[in-house]
Order: sequence, then structure tokens, then C-alpha cells
Amino acid sequence: MSQNAIELKNISKYFGPVAANHHVSLTVRKGEILSLLGENGSGKTTLMNMLSGIYYPDEGEIYIDGKEAAIRSPRDAFEHGIGMIHQHFKLVDIFTAAENIILGMEGKGRLNLAEASAKIRALCEKYGFKIDPDEKVYNMSVSEKQTVEIIKQLYRGADILILDEPTAVLTPQETERLFEVLRNMRADGKAIIIITHKLNEVLEISDRVAVLRKGEYIGSIETAQATEKSLTDMMVGHKVDLDIERVDPVTPVPRLFVKNLTCVDKYGAKTLDDVSFEVTSGEIFGIAGIAGAGQKSLLEAIAGLETPVSGSIRFIDPRTGKEEELVGKSPKAIRDMGVALSFVPEDRLGMGLVGAMGMTGNMMVRSYRDGKSLFTETKKPRVLSEDIVKQLDVVTPSINTPVRRLSGGNVQKVLVGREIANSPAVLMTAYAVRGLDINTSYTIYNLLGDEKKRGSAVVFVGEDLDVLLALCDRIMVLSSGQVTGIVDARSATKEQIGLMMTQRRKGA
Amino acid sequence: MQFVLTVLKSFFTSAFFHAAVMQGIPLLYGAVGEILTEKSGNLNLGIAGIMYMGGIGGLIGAFLYENAAASPIPFVAMMVSILSALLLATLGGLIYAVLTITFRANQNVTGLALTTFGVGFGNFMGGSIMKLTGKTGQITVYLTGKAFKSTFAFAASETVVNNPFLNAICTMFFSYGFLTYFAIAIAVAAGYFLARTRKGLNLRAVGESPATADANNINVSRYKYVAICVGAAIAGLGGLYFVMEYMGGTWQNDAFGDRGWLAIALVIFALWKPVRAIWASILFGGLYVLYTRIPIAGATQEFFKMVPYVVTIIVLGITSFRKRPEDQPPQSLGLAYFREER
Repeated sequence: MSQNAIELKNISKYFGPVAANHHVSLTVRKGEILSLLGENGSGKTTLMNMLSGIYYPDEGEIYIDGKEAAIRSPRDAFEHGIGMIHQHFKLVDIFTAAENIILGMEGKGRLNLAEASAKIRALCEKYGFKIDPDEKVYNMSVSEKQTVEIIKQLYRGADILILDEPTAVLTPQETERLFEVLRNMRADGKAIIIITHKLNEVLEISDRVAVLRKGEYIGSIETAQATEKSLTDMMVGHKVDLDIERVDPVTPVPRLFVKNLTCVDKYGAKTLDDVSFEVTSGEIFGIAGIAGAGQKSLLEAIAGLETPVSGSIRFIDPRTGKEEELVGKSPKAIRDMGVALSFVPEDRLGMGLVGAMGMTGNMMVRSYRDGKSLFTETKKPRVLSEDIVKQLDVVTPSINTPVRRLSGGNVQKVLVGREIANSPAVLMTAYAVRGLDINTSYTIYNLLGDEKKRGSAVVFVGEDLDVLLALCDRIMVLSSGQVTGIVDARSATKEQIGLMMTQRRKGA
Repeated sequence: MQFVLTVLKSFFTSAFFHAAVMQGIPLLYGAVGEILTEKSGNLNLGIAGIMYMGGIGGLIGAFLYENAAASPIPFVAMMVSILSALLLATLGGLIYAVLTITFRANQNVTGLALTTFGVGFGNFMGGSIMKLTGKTGQITVYLTGKAFKSTFAFAASETVVNNPFLNAICTMFFSYGFLTYFAIAIAVAAGYFLARTRKGLNLRAVGESPATADANNINVSRYKYVAICVGAAIAGLGGLYFVMEYMGGTWQNDAFGDRGWLAIALVIFALWKPVRAIWASILFGGLYVLYTRIPIAGATQEFFKMVPYVVTIIVLGITSFRKRPEDQPPQSLGLAYFREER
């Protein structure tokens, strides 16, 4: 019997020309909790998906219990005793916990739920879970649902558990309880991998930390020898200089005041917690943070798509100089005042563009109310589409080609181009360069730079710290919905921002 | 007052209950078939047409057998008729399944098209099978029809007929052909299958959340295919029952009417539970023949023919207020399943 539960040797995975994982080697021992640490897009999830059979590695070998294993499907992973707990739970709401746990398992034709429940209770006893197997899932809290997912893997005999950001949805008390259970499982000899980017949790729960950065394996250290500082350094690496033109803001005047803004999601959890800042004209105001730190909520609250529970958003109209409260106004009214939002979601077409319509149609999504006659005004959107194609080098057979047939970069150009077209006073973009190649990214940076020169206030939500540092004038860092600091992008360091992204405000 | 009493009296009779059951059984077959189908996440509006297909299938089978055999045996005639009904109804279900599962066509459009097809197919074959075989007149399979109608011998015995109480009991419970009892057995079996077996649990998961089922190694497409085809076969028996036991082995264009639609409405009324569908279908069967018990002729009687549909609308209205998650339709009902891109 080998002491290593999993051994990865030189694993690589490529998506097109992009290396999501490049020669990653990693070991996990039995009876150990390993944290897999890295920024967004560092390849943590891809790597784990190769263990759980969702992807198959392009190169390298996986050894389980010292034997080479080919994991081609989730079923193979299951047969090797690997269980993955995803961030999004896959449970049937109207089933009980026990029904969900035994779902799809082989066995006698007749269901014996009593026997299953007894077995689940025994597992709860052993590891310290608190759950009623006969409770319906729709009555459960997020943490209880997560427990059901974990028990499901144990019930099916998993010896290696992978948890993808298990604490992202938990309260501090629930997190504590989860850690307690994980320690019990470690004592029982299970190998556990936690994907996370919360440094304090890494230090608290894990025995070792493995760090990935941009798909590369940086190294592993014993948690006992690690500090927040040393982990951050490993995680963000050295600064990469990007050659983005940045001019100083010209005669900045206040444009947007956000004060004590608090928003909650549908479960009542705070997505934004007492956020205050101001944005001036002629600057690019960057927002940094790990995924889900409140960026989306913030932009949607400003655009009027989400109603905050408290706080105010005041906008100074450059045309009149008057101060207007945006909270409580309709998205259309806010847009008409010149506050534009372009949000590039993970699936690009999900928000803002209609995939089946051509560019002209998509321009009209914004302008169909214009014009006085019974018929819609189509000439202006057509001219605008042609302008965008010319100025931004959009590659499309014609402006009437459905936008979903365009490549990702071109779709983003259309989206950003449309928002810029109305010369907004405030331009908000989120993940504007998500998935774009270098050249197209620069086209977008230059566009934003032009908007800044024109005097508009640009709010730029980004993922890549190097880009944020090179493009923005100031950067606000969000962590779990709270502002952990606003820094000058010209003097701030990556490590400084990296630390702020993962820390919680004192006293919270 | 006297009038109301007369009407009420005519409801609380064994004869009325008998009539209600006769009307309810096709609805029960249709509803149980549709419940199994909907539990897989597919809304099959073609069930109305599939019931026509089952009916005409059984009739054609029996007709060909009665004509081919020198001295047809009733039991064999029944078996041939049942098999051909199952065959044609399953074929209808298979068409629907291929279109909606494999080709991911819109379920509602496919179902409506199938209903239009099934009704037309039934009426066409019912009208022309005689001509196609070189005969004239109305298609009848008297022998098979009689076999289907045959019931318990003791129900017609002298002791029973002469005893009002026993007679009433027998009229209510022991005066039907075997398809009636079979319908109830199937409903009970389907209820047991859904609630108490591993495959039933898997099927419900497919209808609720196919992605979850898929993640648990359940073959979503296979479950959907089987549920739809078995559901269609069961519904087809409803058509067969109507043609054989109710009509006595003959075809009349559009006689089956809109019972298929009532069966679909019944599914909601029964909260997707086959055992509940048993009494619900008898209730709806009673409403269906309510007008025959109202001792008024003419336009007012037409008014009472409306009752089952009005009740359906009211029931749908009331059920939409139900908030218990267990009483809701399967969560992914009507949606095609696409496995997440990897």
C-alpha cells in the first residue's frame, strides 16, 4: 500500500492554444488535507476536473494508491474512490436527503429507505455531521445541502474527497463545523483536497498547500511553515509589465458617489456590505476581488437592476451639474442619464446581447424606443453597426449575421462598442477582456482609454491584477462584499492587492 | 324541491356509479399513461391521439383475426386485439419520444401534431378498413367485443338478480369486463413503482432534475424513452377499452371525443399520483354523463354537458394555488435535456 492517495505527474491540459494546466505534478497523502491555492483562472478547477473524470488530461499520468489510473468519466472517478463536491449542488429538491444519497445506485429493485437512513445516521455519528436523512432537501439550508453532497460521496465509499470552494457559501459558524467534519475524516485516513483562495482558511485547516499560478504548479509547502505573506507571494508571483497607455486624468470632477451601499441576495446573505467610494470623471476606476466578492451586485445596483437594502448612489449629471439619486430609479431612467453597463458574463451572450439577432438588431435593443413614428428606426442602428465593425475590426460576414455565430472576441467588441456609442458619462464594464487574445484585449483597453480621455468615468471590473495595475488610475478591492481598501494603481503592488482580496475587514 | 330530490336520487344509484366507472376507465388509462410520461419530464399532449391509435389498432387486429380464422376463439381474439392496440399505441409514443428526446423538438408542438395524426388515422382506418378488405358496411368485431364485455358469471345469477342489495353491489363492482380491473391494477402498480422502487426513484429524478440524474449515472434518455413508450401503451389500452367494452367492438368517427384531453387534465387533478387518479377518473366519468340524469331535455341538457370542462377549468385554477413542493409538476416538465458542454 502506498502512502500517497493521489500522485499527479506532469499533467497538462490545453484548451486550444491556451494551457489551463502545464506540467503539474502533485501528491496527496492519505490522512491529509491539502489546500489547492490559486487566483481565478489559475487552473485549480481544471486540474480537479481531471481527477473527477470531467476532463481527460492531454499529457501526464495519474496514480491512485500507487497504481496508474485512467479516469475517463465520472463513473471511473467513482470507481477509484474519488468524490468531488462541486460549488453548485446537484440535488433533487423534493427528495429527502436519503433519497438523494442513494439516487442512481445499483441495488435491489425495491427501495429500502429505512436501511439507507440507518446507514446515513451511522456515517453522521462517525464523522460528526448533523443531518436528518428523512428531511426534504427543499427545507435545507445551503450548508445542509452541502452536507448531503459530502455524505453522498462517503456513502458510496469515496476515500478521496475534492471540495471546490466549500466555504464560499457558508457562514463562519458553518465553516467551523465543516472543518470539524473534515478533521474527523482526515483522522479516518481519507485524503482531502480543498480548492480555495481564502488564506486564513488554508492556514487553519490544511496540512499542506499546493499553489498554482496561470496553469503552472508553483510548489507545495507545509502549512506549518507558511504565512499569509509567503502564500500570497507564491499565488500572485512577480509583476508582469504590460504596455498599456495611461494618461493622467484631466480636470477630474466627481461623477458618482456611492455611500454605505448594502445589498442582499435571495437567501438574505449580504452581497455588498456597507460599500462607499466615489468615482471622478476622466479616470478608470478598477475593482478587484475574487470571483463573487460583490462585483456583480455593485454594478447592478448602480445600473438599477438590483435594489439595495440601504445606502445611496448619487450621480452628478455632467450636462446639468445636478446631483441625482439613482437608487429607486428604473434601469431605463438611469441609462438615459448616461450611466452605461456592459457586463460580459462567462457565457458572453447571457447578458446584453440576443444571440439570434444580427448586430443591427442588437443595437436596437437599446434604441427601439427612439423615433416618433409607428415603425422602428433602423437606419441609425445600421450606421452604428457599420461604425463599430470599422472602428473595432469586428470580424463578421455582415452586420446581419446572428451574433452568436461570431467568435467570442468579436461578440465582446459588439457589446462594448454599443455601450460606448451613446458617449456615456459613466461606463461600467465587467470582465471586458474575458477570454480574449492579447491583441483584442489591447483594442478594448485602448477603447476604455479613449473614453477616459473623453472625460467619462470608467468603472472597470477585472480579473487580472497585472491589467488592473497597468490600466486603472485607482483600484478598489472587494472581499466578501466589503471594501478592504482603495489604492493608487500607479504605486500599489500586486502582493498588496492580493492580500486585500483575501482578507476580511477587521472587526467584521 | 321535488325536482332536486329526483335528480339527487338518480345520482345515488348503482346504475349511475356503473355509468361513471364505464366513462372513467378510459380516462384512468390515459391519466396513468400520462403520469408515467410526465414523471420523466416530458409533457405528451399526443396522448389523445395515441388513445385513438390504441383503439383503432385493437379493432383492426380483432377484425383481421375474426376474418382470417374459420372459427375465431374469443380469448385469442382478445389477445390479438390487445397486442395490436399496444403495438400501435407504443409506436405513437415512440414517434413522440424520437422527436422530443433524440431531436429535442418542442414537446407541445410534437404532441399536438401527434394528436391530430392519431385522431385522423383512427377515423380514416375506421372508415376505410372495410373497403380496403373488399367488404361493405360498418366495421364490427362483435365476437371480440363480447369477449371484452364478458364479466363475472355470478353477477347474472338468479340469487343476485333477485336480491336488490346484492344486485346493487354487483352492478357497482362486479359488472365490468377485465380491462376495467386491469386499469385499476395498473394504476396501483404504477403508484407502487414510482414511490417504492429504485427505478421509480430514478425516473422521478429524471423528471425533476435530469442533470442531477445524469451526474448519478442514470441514463436520462433511456428512462425517458421507456417511460414515454410504456405510458403510451397504457394510454392505448384506454382507447381499446372504449372501442371494445364501451362501444361493443365497433368504430364511430370521433366517438372517443375529447376524453384524451380530460385525461391530461386529470393528471394535474390527481397530483401526478396514479392511485389518486383512480377515484378522480370515476368522478370525472360521472361528470361526463351527468347530463343524462338531469330530467330536462333540450338546451338545458346541453348546458350540463359542459360540466366536466367547467370543473376542469376550476380545478386547474385551484391547483395553481397549491404551494406544497410535492404537489408541483415535475420540475423539468416540458424541457429538453442538454448535457452541459464539457
